[in-house]
Amino acid sequence: MSSIQATDLTGASLGTRVGSGIRSVLTSPKYGPVLVTAVLFAAVFVVGGIRYEGFFSGQVFLNLLVDNAYLIVLAVGMSFVILTGGIDLSVGAVVALSTIIAASLLQSGWSPGVVIPLILVLTSVLGLAVGLMIHVFQVQPFIATLAAMFLARGLCYVISKDSISITDPAFVALAVTRIPLGGGLSITPSVIIALVVVLVAVVVLHYTRLGRTVYALGGSEQSGRLMGLPVARTKVLVYVISGFCSGLAGVLFSFYTLSGYSLTAVGTELDAIAAVVIGGTLLTGGYGFVLGSVLGVLVLGVIQTLITFEGTLSSWWTKIFIGGLLLVFIILQKVLTARRR
Amino acid sequence: MSAVFARLIASRLFWPIVMLLVLFAINLIAFPGFFAITIKDGHLFGSLIDILRNGAPTLIIAVGMTLVIATRGIDLSVGAVCAISGAVACSIILGSPDPANGATVAVAVTVALAISLVLGVWNGFLVAVLGIQPIIATLILMTAGRGMAMLITEGQILTVNSPPFKAMGSGFWFGVPIAVIIAAVVFAVAALLTRRTALGMLIESVGINPEASRQAGVRARGLLFAVYTFCAFCAAIAGLILTANQTAADANNTGLFLELDAILAVVIGGTSLAGGRYSLAGTLVGALVIQTLVTTVYTVGIPPIATMVFKAAVVAAVCLLQSPTTNQALAGFRRRLALRAGKGIAAS
Repeated sequence: MSSIQATDLTGASLGTRVGSGIRSVLTSPKYGPVLVTAVLFAAVFVVGGIRYEGFFSGQVFLNLLVDNAYLIVLAVGMSFVILTGGIDLSVGAVVALSTIIAASLLQSGWSPGVVIPLILVLTSVLGLAVGLMIHVFQVQPFIATLAAMFLARGLCYVISKDSISITDPAFVALAVTRIPLGGGLSITPSVIIALVVVLVAVVVLHYTRLGRTVYALGGSEQSGRLMGLPVARTKVLVYVISGFCSGLAGVLFSFYTLSGYSLTAVGTELDAIAAVVIGGTLLTGGYGFVLGSVLGVLVLGVIQTLITFEGTLSSWWTKIFIGGLLLVFIILQKVLTARRR
Repeated sequence: MSAVFARLIASRLFWPIVMLLVLFAINLIAFPGFFAITIKDGHLFGSLIDILRNGAPTLIIAVGMTLVIATRGIDLSVGAVCAISGAVACSIILGSPDPANGATVAVAVTVALAISLVLGVWNGFLVAVLGIQPIIATLILMTAGRGMAMLITEGQILTVNSPPFKAMGSGFWFGVPIAVIIAAVVFAVAALLTRRTALGMLIESVGINPEASRQAGVRARGLLFAVYTFCAFCAAIAGLILTANQTAADANNTGLFLELDAILAVVIGGTSLAGGRYSLAGTLVGALVIQTLVTTVYTVGIPPIATMVFKAAVVAAVCLLQSPTTNQALAGFRRRLALRAGKGIAAS
């Protein structure tokens, strides 16, 4: 009798322990928002699958990656910046600049083997300039990256006002190639590039000194400095990383559209920021995961797909939905982190 | 003499005004009649008047933005609020049987402004009550707002033919453009309300240290509501002027990037994005610098497509000149100069 009671008790206490364990994971500022995003993504996908014929298929999921490969790369770069507590408004303009540089250089006969590295170097240098402006001259990230945004958009117009199509065989081949995964499923090379970027970012953030320093900077720059962490180098480096990612995203975007256009990707910086926020990264820095940002991109993508499947909804509903979703997530983050404190 | 000069350089308005004067000088060289103001048909005409008139919407928003930034906030949604107010006004005017009637226009303008107050209260609620970071709180309305504006216009560009409405954008009153008068009134109201009363100081205290000011008994929550509502109200006025000027509401493009111009005007004017002390006069100079910049591009004959590169250069220059690092370097340089001069006197 007493032994049964004892086992009951331990069972109950185990239950409460598991319960409180789940609750503490869900309310932790570190894991909570990411888990909620994952649950939401799954829920939206299931709802779509129930409502629409043919929604619940592997290819629809893979198309999310295919259509948003460039945004995933952008969100990775943005995650680095936001983790340090900064922000980068220039990414959309840099994407446009990359597409137009690619298109115009390819048009004048340069080889893609030269053009792509050149773009990546150029955008990294732009990121370096922004980083130096922020660190050395203590210009606020918002303003410094705003100046970079004007510069990049302006250079787009200077290079070409009109859309230039890309006919280079290598680019076209990369754009139309489909890598079969078996079972009728396929992805594009861009998806593989994007996934490699995500993998590298995860390794860098979690298994290197640079990654630890990025999180430490977001937690408290002052403490980081007192601990002897390379604050200056890291702070500049995250903007270089963001610049590099924007350049790479621009290249992927030009694979996707096969053209360069100065007005392309207007407002993409907001999509990237929204994806990072929905993915559970705190804008004050210090908490968040790159995989969360990838989930954020997928959530944005799945909403777009839902609206396409619905058919009767106009495209401007997308904006209202994304705004509403942002609101829900931010309030959720607020509630989760407020409980902790 | 050198003390006066040092105080002048230390003033936050020094570099913005220098920038404005440099831009004026460039214009004057490129176009000798730049400062000429003539009266045609009883209206004032001239490059300076054009700068004032075209800069009016930016200035109006920048005034509201200054107060928001002073509380350590930011409002990214002003461009979207512009689009919404324009869309509301135009759809009401279009829906009425008599678009040219003054009363119709008055109703349209009033409704548009009232809606902006609701939007401002919404932003204030997110920031003051829920405690969401301002940049994100207003990002929500920035994203969703354009969608709402498109919902109102049903994705169309609404063209209105209403002389009283058009006057708001391109009309004159006693020879002065009405847009300039509206901007002047908004500026004067903001300046009087915040500088002739304790309101400005309270706003600054919230920006400098929210916690300390709360403990000192400042009602930070109410102040935050007030500044975000005022900012949205300013944005709606600017949106109406812009829409009236084009006589059409374009949900996609009305006020596009205007939030960035407004924030730039505030920053060029020497108000720190970190909150605290603000300068409405600085914002006025900042807005004029931005508008003069655009005009300069045309008078000097720089291809208009390069405007943004030019703007980036000016923003970078002003920010670098105002940065603490540069100020320290300059101060060090002046000290060494003074030291050397002192030694020179001692030697002779």
